[in-house]
Amino acid sequence: MSFFLPLAILMTSLGVAPVILMMPDSARRLRTGVNLAAASLKVALVAWLSYEVAHGTSFDLRHSIAQGLELHLQADALSVLFLALSSILWLLTTIYAVGYLEGGTDRSRFFGFFSLCVASTVGIAMAGNLFTFLVFFELLTLATWPLVVHRGTSEAHRAGRIYLAYTLGGGLALTLGTIWLYALAGEVAFEPRGVLGDIPETSPLALTAIFVLLIAGVGVKAALVPLHGWLPLSMVAPAPVSALLHAVAVVKAGAFGIMRIVYDVYGVETVQALGLAAPLAALAALTILWGSFRALTQDDLKKRLAYSTVSQVSYITLGVALISPVAAIGGLAHLVHQGIMKITLFLAAGNFAEGEGVKTVRAMDGMGKRMPGAMLAFTVGALGMIGIPPLAGFVSKWYLGAGGLDAGQPMVIALLAGSSLLNAAYFLPILYRGWFCAPPEGVTPGRRLGWMLAIPPATTATLVLAAGLLASAPFSPLGWTRFIVSLEYL
Amino acid sequence: MSDISLIVLLPLLAAVLTAALPRQAAAIGTLATGLNAFLAANLGRQILHSGTVTEAIGDWTAPLGITFDANGLASVMLAMAAIVGLAVSLQAAAGPARAGFWPLWMATLGALNGLFLSSDLFNIYVAFEILGLAAVGLTALAGTRASLRAAFDYLTAGLVGSLLVLLGIALSYSVTGRVDMEAVAMLTQSDTGRIALALIAAGLVVKAALFPLHFWMPGAHSSAAPAASALLSALVVKGALYLVLRLSLEGGAGTEFLRNTLAVLGAGGMLWGAWNALRAERLKLLVAHSTVAQIGLIALAIGVAGNPLETGLWQAAALLMLSHALAKAAMFLAVGRIAEALGHDRISGLNREELRPGPAEFAFAIAAISLVGLPPTAGFIGKWFLIEGLIDKGGIHWIALILLGTALSAAYLSRVVSRCLRGGPHVSATARRPPWRTGDVAALGLATGALLLGLAAALPISLLETPFA
Repeated sequence: MSFFLPLAILMTSLGVAPVILMMPDSARRLRTGVNLAAASLKVALVAWLSYEVAHGTSFDLRHSIAQGLELHLQADALSVLFLALSSILWLLTTIYAVGYLEGGTDRSRFFGFFSLCVASTVGIAMAGNLFTFLVFFELLTLATWPLVVHRGTSEAHRAGRIYLAYTLGGGLALTLGTIWLYALAGEVAFEPRGVLGDIPETSPLALTAIFVLLIAGVGVKAALVPLHGWLPLSMVAPAPVSALLHAVAVVKAGAFGIMRIVYDVYGVETVQALGLAAPLAALAALTILWGSFRALTQDDLKKRLAYSTVSQVSYITLGVALISPVAAIGGLAHLVHQGIMKITLFLAAGNFAEGEGVKTVRAMDGMGKRMPGAMLAFTVGALGMIGIPPLAGFVSKWYLGAGGLDAGQPMVIALLAGSSLLNAAYFLPILYRGWFCAPPEGVTPGRRLGWMLAIPPATTATLVLAAGLLASAPFSPLGWTRFIVSLEYL
Repeated sequence: MSDISLIVLLPLLAAVLTAALPRQAAAIGTLATGLNAFLAANLGRQILHSGTVTEAIGDWTAPLGITFDANGLASVMLAMAAIVGLAVSLQAAAGPARAGFWPLWMATLGALNGLFLSSDLFNIYVAFEILGLAAVGLTALAGTRASLRAAFDYLTAGLVGSLLVLLGIALSYSVTGRVDMEAVAMLTQSDTGRIALALIAAGLVVKAALFPLHFWMPGAHSSAAPAASALLSALVVKGALYLVLRLSLEGGAGTEFLRNTLAVLGAGGMLWGAWNALRAERLKLLVAHSTVAQIGLIALAIGVAGNPLETGLWQAAALLMLSHALAKAAMFLAVGRIAEALGHDRISGLNREELRPGPAEFAFAIAAISLVGLPPTAGFIGKWFLIEGLIDKGGIHWIALILLGTALSAAYLSRVVSRCLRGGPHVSATARRPPWRTGDVAALGLATGALLLGLAAALPISLLETPFA
C-alpha cells in the first residue's frame, strides 16, 4: 500500500481540477464544497504521511514510460516539508479566494487552475527523480498562466506573456540539462548526498554546464537575479494568486528545485568540489540585496511585496549554497517561514484593497484604525520578515548567520545585517503610516469583509508567531529541517 | 483472408459502397472506421504477442510476388490513422453532409493502410497514387474558389512527386531487378542506385511538403473543410514521411548526402514554418504553417538518425509523427468549430465580446501543449529521445535548432491560446458560451489523447521495438 498516500495526495487536487473546470460558473455552492473538502482532505492526508515518514515508512509510486524513463513519486523528509507548506496554505488560500472572488467571473476556470497549480506543487514535492520533477515543474508553468491573466485586462495579458516567456525559457534550460544528465548518468533519482558516483572525476566540465542549465531553469521560478523580471509584473493577478504564487507555488518550486539539485542530485560535496557553491552563494547574495534595494522605491504595495519576495527567497538559496549544515537548517526552515510570512502579508494587502481600496504605501495612513485585524496580521508578517525575535524570520536569520560563521564566511553576517536594515527601511514606513498617522480627512469606511477574508491572514499570522516561539518543538519547521539536514550531512 | 489484407480492403470496399449509396454514406463510413480501428488494435495485439506478421498475397513470395508486412512501426501508423479517423468520422457524421466526402475519406484510409503495410516499392507507388488523388478531392470538396485553386496546386505538386517516385522505382528496378524492400539496401551500392534513391526521396519530399517544396501545402490545408484539413495535415503527409523513415530503416540511409540534406531541410522547415505561423493572420493558416514546422522537425529526426538508424532517434521520429497526428487533427477540428461559432477565423477577431471561450478553444489549448512538446505529452517523450540521442552523438547544433523551434512554436501557439483565456473587460456580462457539439467532443477527445499519450508511451515504444522481419 506504499503507493496509496502519494497517489491520494496528488489526486485530491489533480483529480479535482478537471471536475471543477467543467462546472458551470453558477454552481457556486457545489464548487466551494468540492474545493474545501478536497483541500481539507489533503491536509489530513499530508499529516498522516508526515507521521509515517517520521517513523521511517517509505512510499513509492512508479509508472514506467520507457526504458530508463520513469515517473516516480515518493515521500522523504524534504518532500514532507514542502507538502505540509503547500497543503496548509492551499486550504487557507482557497477559503480566502472563495471570499475574494465573490461575484467575479470565470470562477470555475480560476479554481480549476488553482487546483492544478497545487497538484503541480505536490508533484514537485513528491518527485522521486529529475524527470518527474521536470514534468510537474512544466505543468506548474501552464497551470499558473491562466491565473496570472485572470483579470483579462491588456496589462494582465502582457504580464502573462512575459511570465510565459521567462518560465518556458527556463523550462527549456531545465529540460536540456535534465536530458543531458540522463544521457550521462542514466536515471537520476533523488538520493541524499547525490547520485553521480564517480562522474564528477571523469567529466567535470559537462557536469558544470549541466549544473548551470539546471539552476538557470529552476532559478527563473526562484526569481534569482537576473531572471526575476516576471515576478513584479505578475502582480496584476488577483490577491489570492499573488499570495499563492509567492508563498508556495512558483517561487518555492524554484527554491525547492535548487535544494533537490544541490542536495539530492549532485550532493554538497560534489557541488563544492566542482567549485559551484561559491558562485551560487554570490548570486543569492546579489539577489538578496538587489531585491531589497528595489523594494525601497516601490509605492505600489503589492510590487513592494514582490521585490521583497525576490530578496527573501534567496535566503533559501543562500542557506543551501553556503555548504554548512547550520546554514542549511536556516535556509530550509526559511522555505516554510518565508511562506507563512509572505502569505500573511499578501492576504492582508488584499484585504486593504478589498476593504478600503488601499493599494499604495502612500494611502496606508491610519490603517490600524480602519482595519485593525488586517493591519495587525500585516505587522506580524512584516516584523517577521525584518527578523524581530521571537517571530519565524528571526529563527531563519539566526541559523543563516551562525551557518555563515560555521562555513568561514563572516561576510554573511554583514549581508544579513544589511538586508535586515533594508527590510526595515521598506517595511517600517508602512507600519508607521498604518499605526501612527491619522486617517486622511473625509475617508469613508469601506465595506465589511466576511470571515472568509479575515480568518486566513489571522491564522497565518498566528503560525508566524508559533513557528518562532515553538521553534524547538519536534514538529516545528525548524525541528523538521534539523531532521532533514542530519540526513544530508551526517 | 487474413487480418492484414482485410484492413486494406475494408476501407476500399467502404469507399465503393459510400459512393454507391450516398444516403447511407455517413453510417457506412462510420461503421467502417470503427471496424478499421478494431482491426488495427487486433493487429497491434498480434504483433506485440508474436512479432512481425507477414503475408504473401496468393502465396507468391518476394521477389516475384507481393508481400504485406505488418511490423511494429506499421502497426503504430495504422493505429494513428485509426484513432484520427474515428474522431474525424464522428465529426463528419454529425456535421452537414458533403457529397463525396465519405468515398474520398474511405479511399484515403485504404490507401494509407496499404502504404503502411506494403513491402514492395511498386505497390507503394500505387497506394501513393490513390492517396494523392483522394487528397486532392478532399481539398477541392469545400468548393470555394480558394480551395479549387489550392486543389489544383496540390494536384500539380502531387503529380510531380509521383513522377519522381515512379522514375526512381523504375531506375531501381533496372539496377536491382526487384521491387521488394530488399532492393533498397542494394541501391546504396552503385551510383545509378543512389540516383534512384535520390529521385524517390525527392518525390517523397514534395509529397511530404518538406521545406522548401511545401509551397502547395498551407493553401491546401487552410482552405479545405475542417474534417478534410484534419485528415490532410494529420495523416496524408505522414504517408510520405512514413515512407522516408521506412526506406531509411531498410538501408536507404546509406548515403550520407541524402541524410544530411534531409536534416538540413527539416531544420529549415522548422524555422520557416514557425516564422510564417508567427505572422499568420488567419487561424487555419497558422495551423497549416505549424504543420510545415512539425514536418521539418520529424524530417530532422529521421535525417540525423544515422546509418544504421539509431533506435532512440528513429523511434523519436515515429513518436513525433504519432503525437503530431493526434494533436494536429484535434487542432483543425477545433479550429473548424471556432470558425463556425465566430463566423470567421481571423486571429485578431478571436476576442469577441459576446462570445465566451468554449470547449473547442479548450481543445485547441490542450493540443497546443502537445505540439510545443511539453510534458507529459508524447511530443515531449519524442523530443526527449531525440535530444538524448543527439547528445550521445555530439550534435549540439541540431539541439540548439530544436530548442529554437520549440520556443518559436510556443510563441506562435500562445498567440491563439492567450486569446482563449480572455475574460474580464474583454467579455461582456451577457456573453454566451458556444454550445457543445459532436465536433467539440471529437476535438477534445483527440487533444486529451495526445496529452495523455506520453504517459502511455510504453505501448507504442514496445511496438516499435518489435524486430523487423
